[in-house]
Amino acid sequence: MLELKDICFNRDGKVILDHISFVLDTNLFVAITGPNGSGKSTLAKIIMGIEKPDSGTIFFDGKDITNLSIHERAKLGISFAFQQPVKFKGITVYDLLKLSAGKDVSKKDVCFILKKVGLCADAYIDRELNSSLSGGELKRIEIATVLLRKGKLTIFDEPEAGIDLWSFNHLIDVFKNYQKRENTITLIITHQERILNIADQILLLKDGKIAYFGPKNQIMDQLYQDCNCPFMEGGCDYECRG
Amino acid sequence: MNVEDKELLEKVSDTKDFQSMAYNIRKDGKAVERKITEDVSIVNKEDGSGIDIYIKESAKNAFVYIPVLLTKSGLEDVVYNDFHIGKNAQAIIMAGCAIRNNANKNSRHQGIHRFYLEEDSKVKYIEKHYGEGHGSGHKVLDPITELYLGKNSTMDMDTVQIKGVDSTVRMTKAVLEEKATLTISEKIMTAEEQYAKTEFEVDLKGKDSSAHVTSRSVATEHSHQLFISRLNGYNQCYGHVECDAILKDEGTVQAIPEVNAQHIDARLIHEATIGKIAGEQLTKLMTLGLTEAQAEEQIINGFLK
Ligand SMILES: Nc1ncnc2c1ncn2[C@@H]1O[C@H](COP(=O)(O)OP(=O)(O)OP(=O)(O)O)[C@@H](O)[C@H]1O
Ligand SMILES: [Mg+2]
Repeated sequence: MLELKDICFNRDGKVILDHISFVLDTNLFVAITGPNGSGKSTLAKIIMGIEKPDSGTIFFDGKDITNLSIHERAKLGISFAFQQPVKFKGITVYDLLKLSAGKDVSKKDVCFILKKVGLCADAYIDRELNSSLSGGELKRIEIATVLLRKGKLTIFDEPEAGIDLWSFNHLIDVFKNYQKRENTITLIITHQERILNIADQILLLKDGKIAYFGPKNQIMDQLYQDCNCPFMEGGCDYECRG
Repeated sequence: MNVEDKELLEKVSDTKDFQSMAYNIRKDGKAVERKITEDVSIVNKEDGSGIDIYIKESAKNAFVYIPVLLTKSGLEDVVYNDFHIGKNAQAIIMAGCAIRNNANKNSRHQGIHRFYLEEDSKVKYIEKHYGEGHGSGHKVLDPITELYLGKNSTMDMDTVQIKGVDSTVRMTKAVLEEKATLTISEKIMTAEEQYAKTEFEVDLKGKDSSAHVTSRSVATEHSHQLFISRLNGYNQCYGHVECDAILKDEGTVQAIPEVNAQHIDARLIHEATIGKIAGEQLTKLMTLGLTEAQAEEQIINGFLK
């Protein structure tokens, strides 16, 4: 279980997260959505410990983790796939995936995960994580680093970004299966209708506040109504029906 | 060579199994072991200043191993090694210098290595430098490498200074003829009060010659590094120098590029990136469960691998 209590985060005189509170039970697939700049990534970083909130508390499985460092939270089973993957000169895909697994995994296991995210393993496993990899390739590898951790709480920040549509259907199945594991929570930040559709619950952020949190059925209709959806300023991020 | 010498030798060798190759092991200023093969001959210079190594024309995968050990504190050792690579020959040459200095006088080794590559030859050259010892005497390595790349020849040079060298001034000069290709990869790590200066000067003389120089270094504690490169393009050619340095603690690095295009079709690039480890790299590894110190170690090891 993950609980956020009254989380506030201000920077440069700007309110980025404004008294955020919610509880997520296990065996739940939650999609976080909202306009650009609404605070989604910041919220994810606060859960992972990358950013420290100005006030508020975070509980994970009943334990107050507000003051735990990133790696201590990682050890508790929280993992996070970055919106923008990080490059490392000299570190290969295999090296990084071994670190992700936290043990010596065989090339065979690593290949299995790479195939899951749609990469032909042989061609990638010994490549360096530098700019010679395309944006979509780096993104898939980033997703693989998180899948390998088999975390209890897994956050994906816009996993669809840069991934071609054809592979995306397949990736959706990967997320679904990943969430089927017992006692886990999957949190996906997304602008994609098809991911919103497989979520159990949707959390809508707007201007650093929760504009909606609940079952998807009720909100989806509103999101679809027309392109001037009520929660969006300056147009809607979603593909609209009809 | 005693057991300790053999251990020291392993610090600068990728291989324990050099018995099948041609080799010349130099210890404290004298050749102590030598072997030649069908494709490789090794001859003393008449004035005693060093050796000439000849690789036969069209030799396939000729291996040569030329390490140097310095174990006497206070020794100043200078040696000239000239490599003559015959037409169309392919050779792998491993050199290296390991210094152990357990007393308080300075020990210094200067290897002047000259390579003459004839047409269509190919050389892979690996050089490792290492120092150890608990004395206050400095371990100093000042290598000079001169490369003459004949028409269509290829040279691939890997140089690594692993640790423990108090002061190094390394000079590498190259002249490339038509269609010759030179790739240099340098890796240096300095700590304590160490100083490393590396200087590259590449003359792209022949049409369609090309050179790629990559330097990756880490300067920690109070160490200082200076990187100087001079790329001269005298013809239609391509030259690329990339200097990447990571700073830690109070370490400092200075990079001075000089690109000199003397021909309308010369294309020369210099890139230098100096800074501490990117925060997001540390963060990513910490989300995988590593502590900050472990993350830093992984990033540096990978960078210098
Ligand atoms: N450390 C910081 N200092 C200053 N401003 C920040 C900081 N972190 C985030 N912000 C600002 O907070 C706002 C929310 O950023 P955040 O990255 O969380 O948005 P987001 O909802 O993930 O947007 P997107 O959909 O574009 O990814 C933005 O306006 C951003 O510029
Ligand atoms: Mg974001």
